[in-house]
Formats: sequence, C-alpha cells, structure tokens
Amino acid sequence: MKSVEPAHAAPPGPEQTPSATTVKSARSTRSARPGRKNRDWLHGLLMSAPAVVGLILFVGVPFGYAVVLSFYNVRLGSPLAPSFFGLEQYRRLFTDPDMSGPFLRALLNNLTFAAVVVPVQTALALALAILLNRKLKAIGLFRSLFFMPVVFPMALVAVIWRLILARSDQGMLNSALNAVSLGNWGAFDWLGDGATAMASIIVLSIWQGVGFQMVILLAGLQQIPGELYEAAQLDRASRWQRFRHVTLPGIRGTLVFVAMLTSVLSFRVFDQVYVLVRGGGLNEEATRTVMYQAVTTAFDQNNIGQASAITVVFFMIVVVLTLIQRRVVRPGNED
Amino acid sequence: MGTTRTPLRRFIDYAVLGVLAFIFVLPVLYLFLGSLKPSDEVLDGLSGFLPTHLSLDNYSTVLSSLDSDSTGHFRRFMGVSLLLAFVVVTGGLFVNSMAAYGLSRLKWRGREAVFTLILLLMLVPFESVAVPLFYMFNDQRNTLPILALPFIANAFSVYQFHTFFRSIPPSIEEAARIDGAGPWRTFFAIIVPMSKPAFASVAILTFLIQWGSFLWPVLMVSDPSVRPLPLEMSVFQGQQPPDWGQIFAFGVLLVLPVLVVFAFFQRWFVQGVASSAVKG
Repeated sequence: MKSVEPAHAAPPGPEQTPSATTVKSARSTRSARPGRKNRDWLHGLLMSAPAVVGLILFVGVPFGYAVVLSFYNVRLGSPLAPSFFGLEQYRRLFTDPDMSGPFLRALLNNLTFAAVVVPVQTALALALAILLNRKLKAIGLFRSLFFMPVVFPMALVAVIWRLILARSDQGMLNSALNAVSLGNWGAFDWLGDGATAMASIIVLSIWQGVGFQMVILLAGLQQIPGELYEAAQLDRASRWQRFRHVTLPGIRGTLVFVAMLTSVLSFRVFDQVYVLVRGGGLNEEATRTVMYQAVTTAFDQNNIGQASAITVVFFMIVVVLTLIQRRVVRPGNED
Repeated sequence: MGTTRTPLRRFIDYAVLGVLAFIFVLPVLYLFLGSLKPSDEVLDGLSGFLPTHLSLDNYSTVLSSLDSDSTGHFRRFMGVSLLLAFVVVTGGLFVNSMAAYGLSRLKWRGREAVFTLILLLMLVPFESVAVPLFYMFNDQRNTLPILALPFIANAFSVYQFHTFFRSIPPSIEEAARIDGAGPWRTFFAIIVPMSKPAFASVAILTFLIQWGSFLWPVLMVSDPSVRPLPLEMSVFQGQQPPDWGQIFAFGVLLVLPVLVVFAFFQRWFVQGVASSAVKG
C-alpha cells in the first residue's frame, strides 16, 4: 500500500508506437478511444514480467534442471566433470541393494505418515470445526486457541515436543503416565524407540497443523445455508441424520480438498525430522522422509545427481496426488 | 445454526471446549512457563508446569551468551529473519499483485498462456526445486540475497490477487481510464487502495511461511552471521549439555513476532487461509 507513490513516477512504457504487433492487438480492444493508442499488451507484459521472470528463474528452470541432473553423476566441487548416467540414479534408488534401502524406507515412512495423518487430522479438524461452528460468546477466542499452533515455526514445535516426549522419567509424558498408572510407568524413549518414533512425529505434526484444516472446514461449514438445518429439524432429523445428510454433503468438496492438501503436505515433511534427528535423539531410520533423504543425499553425501532423482520422484508423487484431487473435487462442485 | 440452547447445553458446550482447548494449548503454556524457569525445573516431570522460581534470567542469558562471533549474535539472527521477512513480503506484494493485475484486468494476447504457466508453476512445491537450486546457487551460499530472492515471486500469491482483482467491477477502472489514467496509475492509485483485504491476507500468509522457513537456510547457510532464527533454533537446541530454560526462552523470542502479528491481524489471517483454500 505504500507503493502508491511510484505510480506517478513510473513512466507508462516508451512513447513510440512499436509497429506491427500493436496494430494487431489493438483490434481486440472494445473501443478505440480517440487520441490514445491501446498499449495494454505492453503494460500487461511489463507488469507481469518481474513475477514471471522470478518464477521461471527460481521454479521453472531449477525444476527442469532437477530432471536433467537426475540423469547425471554430479557432485559439488568435484574435479571430475559430471558424467551422463542415464537412468542409473533411478535404478540405484529402487533396486540397488546397497543404496535403495534408506530411500525405500523413506518412501515407506512417508506413506505411513500420510496414511495416518490424512484421515486422523482431517477427522479431527472436522470435529473441531463442527464444535467451533456455533454461536457462543467467546467462540472467537476458542477458534484462535486451536489455530495458534499453526503460526509456530516447525523447528520450535519440534523442540517443545522434544521435551514433552523426553526419554527421562522426568519427561512430561512419561511422568504423566507415571502419575496415571500410580507409579508403574518408568522411562520410555518415545523419540528414540523405532516403534514410537514415527508416532511421535505424527502427533506433533497433527498438533501443529490441525488448526489450519479446521479453519478451512469452518469456512466450508459456514457456507451451508441455515435453512437446510431448519428444514431437517422440522423433519425431526436426529443429530446424526443432520450431520450425515446436511453437513457432509454440504462440505464434501471442502473435505476432499482438505484431505488432498493434507496428503500433499504429508509428503513435504522435513523440518521436524531434521531438527529432532540432529539434536533430539530421534530414531533416524524410523522417521526419515523423502525430503530428508533428498537433503542428506545432496548435502551430507554430496550426491547431487541422486538427490535430484529423489526430488523428481517426490514431484511425481505430488503431481499424482494433485491430479487425483482435481478429479475428485470437480464433480463435487457441480452439485 | 439457529437452534435454541438451554443453559445446561450451553454449559456443556463451554466445558467441552474449555477442556479441549486447555489440553491443546498445554505445549504452548509449557513453552512460556519453561522459558521463565531454571533449566533443571523445566525437565522435571509434571512440576514443569508449576510457576515456581519465575524470572527473566533465561532471556538475558540468551541475549548475552549468544553474543560472540563464534556463536553468532542473537540480535543478528533476529535482524536476518526480520530483514528476509520484510524483503519477501513487500517485494512479493509488489511483484505479485502487479502481475495479477496485468493478467486479470488488462486484455492482451498471450495473457492466458502466461496465467496458465503460473498455475502450473503453482503445483511445484519448493521442496522439489530445493536441490537443483542449491546446486545452481552454490557459490552464493552464506549470502543474504539468495535467502530471499527465490521466495519473492510466488505463483500462489499471484493466484490469490488474480482471484480478488477479477471480482472488482470493471466500471471503476473504466471511469479512471476515461479520465486519462494509464494502467499503472489506475493500478497504484485506484486498485491497490481498494484491495486492502487481499494485500493484508497475502502479506500475512507470506510472512507466516517466511518466518518459519527452514529447508532453504539448512541448505544455504553455515555462517552464523546470515543464519535466520529457525535454523539457529535447531543449532541452539543441540547444545551440550542443553539448558532447557534458555532453549525455551529462545523459542519464545522466535515465536513472539508471529504471535504479535497473529494477535493483531487474526481476522485477515484466518480469512486469507480459508478463502484461498475454499476457492482452491
């Protein structure tokens, strides 16, 4: 909003009329105003240029580059020139007994994470949204409380939960369980134990993220006309029937959107795993994700080619999920 | 929902909400309380919640202990984070709103193609370009511009502005343009001031994401003098032996700016998140 000033300073492009192209595009204007040539094409191009150039340079080019790099054996600072590798990086990722282990484990971990988080977080968010979609005093305060963790940087969330789940018998969860079990619970290493490490990551991720989904679903719920509920009540529909036949159909599109969004986000998990493996004694094997694998391969092992191949696989997964979302959401919008 | 509620129902509603909200904010309470307590009382079972021996010592220790060239300076971490957020938010608002205007309100051949390209790029998450970007800009490691530049142009922001601008009635611009205002003046003097809600929600969403940004600094920063706060959070919590009180105090300082923004601009925040998603 401070940018009102440059308006007067910014010259509206060069004054001379560039010849042929202008004439062509001028035809498309509704009315040729006297004394003013239509140069919308030039202004439109100039206005969108900075964003388009930025996106091409920082998204389009590196994306294409990832595909190219994945066909090479590339290392940073290596005296050897990158050598063409064909599909070798992909073969190694999926079938080489020495190298595919961590990657396939990361893929499996990610799938586990998504398979739990998508249904649980969506259901939890829906429950919260329904609970918070009522006219009560101070309801806004409650909504903010549930939304608050969303603004917490994931690096911090990981640290808070590192203490809650600490392996000592003084850890918050351990001592709570100890109190509840009347002293029969000792120390348990939630983050370090392979059986519970992923569950820990899932819990803290849901805690941080559920408010986001809740807000989206709340907006969806508020678009359902109140008359539908009144009509249902006149028909003596039970609470469950109202939920089943008014609420669910009313937010079907939003619900599918939220589920798909959550599944894409599930595959992007990185921060919390990285922070807790590096300093929190998190079981690396049980929690490594595809992105974690990409970063450690690029950074720690200095294997850019293979990291790029991981990136490409990651992108394919995201694209497939997005396409499924488009497929499912579209018919929903029509009813 | 227009159902009438008895006092009892109302009480039950509040009780359920209250209990759930309390459980939900426990980790936040723990963070704030712990930041005010001596380290050995933070990791001390359930008594970690008791408000005993409260003081601001941890905060002053964080500020004084993180104040050398080897550890980095706290004010520097904060400064880097604030600077990056400022550049990404203001630069992003400028560049992305302008593009959205050019693509939604000016008619020109090829704009559909450009907008389609932007929609396609919106599908590419940053994670899938992080590795090649790291390779491309490796000689720029530990410099500030490269930490901000990739995040200024943002396809999703363009899309959000585009959606908003399309809903503005064309008569408003036509009046301006008949008065002789060119597209630039129309945009900056008329469209921008009337699009405050869109600017506010894009700004806040961008700020939130940028403030927590972690993956890119992990790849690009090893020098403490350009290290943003979330990355330092990760470094600081790895200290041996860990001082929990100080780590929590650091955490509070990290989250405080977003909490302030959240408290003051909550409405835009929630609106921005919700509207962008429902239209998705």
